[in-house]
Amino acid sequence: MTVPGKTIELITSELSSGKTTARAVAVRSLAAAENLNDTLNAFLQIDRAGATRRAEELDREAGTDGAADSIVQGQNAATESLLRAVPIAVKDNICVRGLQATCGSRILAGYHPPYDATVVERLRAAGAVIVGKTNCDEFAMGSSNENSAFGPVRNPWDTERVPGGSSGGSAAAVAARVVPAALGSETGGSVRQPAALCGVVGVKPTYGRVSRYGLVAFGSSLDQVSVFGLTVKDAAVVLQTIAGRDERDATTADVSVPDYAAQLADDIRGARVGVPRELLGEGVDADVRARVEEAIEAYRELGVEIVDVALPHAKYSIAVYYIIATAEASSNLARYDGVRYGYRTEDPEDLRQMYRRTRDEGFGAEVKRRIMLGTYVLSSGYYDAYYLKAQKVRTLIQQDFLDAFDVCDAVLTPTTPTPAFRLGEKTDDPLSMYLSDIYTCMANLAGVPGVSVPCGLSSAGLPVGFQLMGRHWGESTILRLAHAYEQAHPLDARPRVMAEE
Amino acid sequence: MKKGWEAVIGLEIHAQLSTESKIFCGCSTRFGDEPNSNTCPVCLGLPGSLPVLNWRAVELGARAALALGLRVNEVSIFARKNYFYPDLPKGYQISQYDRPFSSDGHLEIVTAERDEGGHAREWRPFEVRITRLHLEEDAGKNVHEGLPRTDLYSYIDLNRAGTPLAEIVTEPDFRTSWEAYDYVNHVRRALQWVGASEADMEKGNLRCEANVSVRRVGEEKFGTKVELKNLNSVRFMQRAIEFEIERQIELIESGGRVAQETRLWDEREACTRVMRSKEEAHDYRYFPEPDLQPLAVNADWIEQVRRAMPELPDARRKRFMGQYRLSFDDASLFTRDHALADFYERAAAASNPRGAANWLKGELLRELDAAGLAADASPVSPEELGALVRAIDEGRISGKQGKDVLVEMFRTGKGASQVIEEQGLAQVSDAAEIEKIVTDVLAANPQQLASYRAGKEALFGFFVGQVMKASKGKANPKVVNELLKEKLKAE
Repeated sequence: MTVPGKTIELITSELSSGKTTARAVAVRSLAAAENLNDTLNAFLQIDRAGATRRAEELDREAGTDGAADSIVQGQNAATESLLRAVPIAVKDNICVRGLQATCGSRILAGYHPPYDATVVERLRAAGAVIVGKTNCDEFAMGSSNENSAFGPVRNPWDTERVPGGSSGGSAAAVAARVVPAALGSETGGSVRQPAALCGVVGVKPTYGRVSRYGLVAFGSSLDQVSVFGLTVKDAAVVLQTIAGRDERDATTADVSVPDYAAQLADDIRGARVGVPRELLGEGVDADVRARVEEAIEAYRELGVEIVDVALPHAKYSIAVYYIIATAEASSNLARYDGVRYGYRTEDPEDLRQMYRRTRDEGFGAEVKRRIMLGTYVLSSGYYDAYYLKAQKVRTLIQQDFLDAFDVCDAVLTPTTPTPAFRLGEKTDDPLSMYLSDIYTCMANLAGVPGVSVPCGLSSAGLPVGFQLMGRHWGESTILRLAHAYEQAHPLDARPRVMAEE
Repeated sequence: MKKGWEAVIGLEIHAQLSTESKIFCGCSTRFGDEPNSNTCPVCLGLPGSLPVLNWRAVELGARAALALGLRVNEVSIFARKNYFYPDLPKGYQISQYDRPFSSDGHLEIVTAERDEGGHAREWRPFEVRITRLHLEEDAGKNVHEGLPRTDLYSYIDLNRAGTPLAEIVTEPDFRTSWEAYDYVNHVRRALQWVGASEADMEKGNLRCEANVSVRRVGEEKFGTKVELKNLNSVRFMQRAIEFEIERQIELIESGGRVAQETRLWDEREACTRVMRSKEEAHDYRYFPEPDLQPLAVNADWIEQVRRAMPELPDARRKRFMGQYRLSFDDASLFTRDHALADFYERAAAASNPRGAANWLKGELLRELDAAGLAADASPVSPEELGALVRAIDEGRISGKQGKDVLVEMFRTGKGASQVIEEQGLAQVSDAAEIEKIVTDVLAANPQQLASYRAGKEALFGFFVGQVMKASKGKANPKVVNELLKEKLKAE
């Protein structure tokens, strides 16, 4: 049994055996993106011209037959060929020169950044073909993709349901087999959560592992570019391509990047996985609990030691998250003022009115709600009680993880409390929407890496995921654990909406 | 100031650090380029861009801090200062707040009150406590003139956005406008001296704001303070403070109350005007800048910066007074800038301290100031000034001739000996040569010689004149006098 669909490995092997060409791969991906977009609304922009041109270029470089001998070219042949001709989708809050970057917001409608994000530069250098920009919750704020100014994304498993968010477009594009991998971004779970809801793999790296240069900021101390893959290996290959110190991002660390894909192994005997039992009680959907318990059992069968761990401050993580993330957002989103780029209101009477109306008309309700929350918690007289206190609790949450990793190699929880919910189900209740991130945002607060892995379907046929969180810089460990599980229990079911094979 | 009243003044200075590139990106800091040409995604505040600290700005900030007697903190934190303004592309300024780059400064300056003519009465030492010096980025500027349809549009030039600044804040230690004036001048010179900033207020790379309040003498509580802005020169600042002190005293004495507000100095009308009141004051919502790591420097690094700095002006002035026996005024004059102090020391080494001081102060500086030249651009090198002083000391030319020689040296850039020779000015001091002339003169004027010897000593001047004439003015007058006296006596 394997995960159905064309993985990166499959694409590159077909390419080197001459079974296909870069152009054919791109054309297939572009066609799927276009054909499914009416149904899924996963893409905000599809770059047919650019992607085709790039693929043809790659074919020319490789020689007319696109054969394997081309792989030994120059010093970086290995890296250059790692993603050669692999179609990749990029969330619309990551800058790609020549394409739009709306961040799902009206305020940036039509905005085209004049530069490539570092991660995009690295993808291009590795031979990837960027097929388009994916839909997302406005400025990455949301857990259902219903906050996009350009309409919600629909879940390929059930189009009446949300794909999760905020990187819902990227998740749906991978789930529907339009691309084998896609870039998203995480601030509180915006990749792992939709990965779980769409039945694909989502990896959030350690804070500082991947450059944020060119990722439009939401909560700067939490944001990380993150990766969707059809399989763990797909995600691992893309992650190792984009990871590593970047001179343009002072928060990236000078820590060497392992060859994650090469370190994946089936044998994980002796590893220790910690389960915080107190997080598996109330509020967890019965199907989710059942699938996650089965996954824990599966690990036991793979020779993993399951240990109890406690994360006593995890229960504060949503509260802490919504103070720190909104505080930073209130400042990060100040630049959308109508002065230099993006939307500007018509005929304002004066400067003040231009600011007010531009931002009132340009931002959606959730973004405004968070800007106000963030402005409030930073205000004189409230700073200590909210922002400063939240920072202190954040340190305690981080300490919880350090303590847990004394006794285990990874912490396992459900990725989300429920499978995909219906469109509109939670839009009137922001607090219940915020709880979608209850398992994920603690990793962002602690800065540790996390990976969400599909672990079967609910009784309604919707994907369920569990997540593994690891030590700082310990992506290898959790990817290895995730891969071993996936090898033993691949999600072989197919979503209802899927690219033709 | 009116008797019975006391003013309380604190100052904030923004000095542009002299880096080639901006504080958080690689764009040039050059002044006067095409608007918005020195910009990039970072200083334009484009979505997704991130700041990276320019280490040169930190180095210059450390020099500035050390030159002003501040303690450089081993860890400081950048913070965002949030407010909306069109020239502020990110909607926040990256500055520092509760953990500044340096703090706790104690700076000794000299100050004096001035008479009506603006002349210092009596210089006295004065200690200023400097609260902090922190690093931050400058904003861009709004342009309202010289472009189409300025009735409808304002324009923004972001070339200046991201230029590194040091903000220097004092305790409210000044009691008079002249103390504030002397402090700002001291800071300007210190920053220039260590190469941290050009500190030129006209160019806008040094800006100043003053907080002014008044209280009755003996009162311990501070009065309500007014913030003064638009102080475009040190002199304007002094005048604005002076005006504001009088305004506040009059206001209180006539039963009014000082409002906490920001006022602008209007140089044309010579008064201050309200810009905004406290009610409109901002809540800047400072919080630590998450895009930058804490700024860490260790003690070794700070020591390295200190060692690389030139001797500071006050230390050098004191040394000049001791080593060269210069007066306070002369030593202060020669340490007004680094190049001049170097010039003096080299000239003194090439001649003698006293002579070099006199000729530099009295003659060369006048020429330099008139030509608007700094000492390091002087056409007369310190060594050549020294050569001139030696020529006078050794009697080769007279002091009066020396002045002409210096003017010629300054005009042509030629050396002292060359000018003296070309102008045929070198005095004849060789006694044998002069003796021959004296003998000839006496032989040619037997009548006058007889009269002199008969007691008409007034004729001595006549003989001197004849000898000088015969020598074409080159004979050393001292030698001439001695020889004449000797020969006239002799039978």
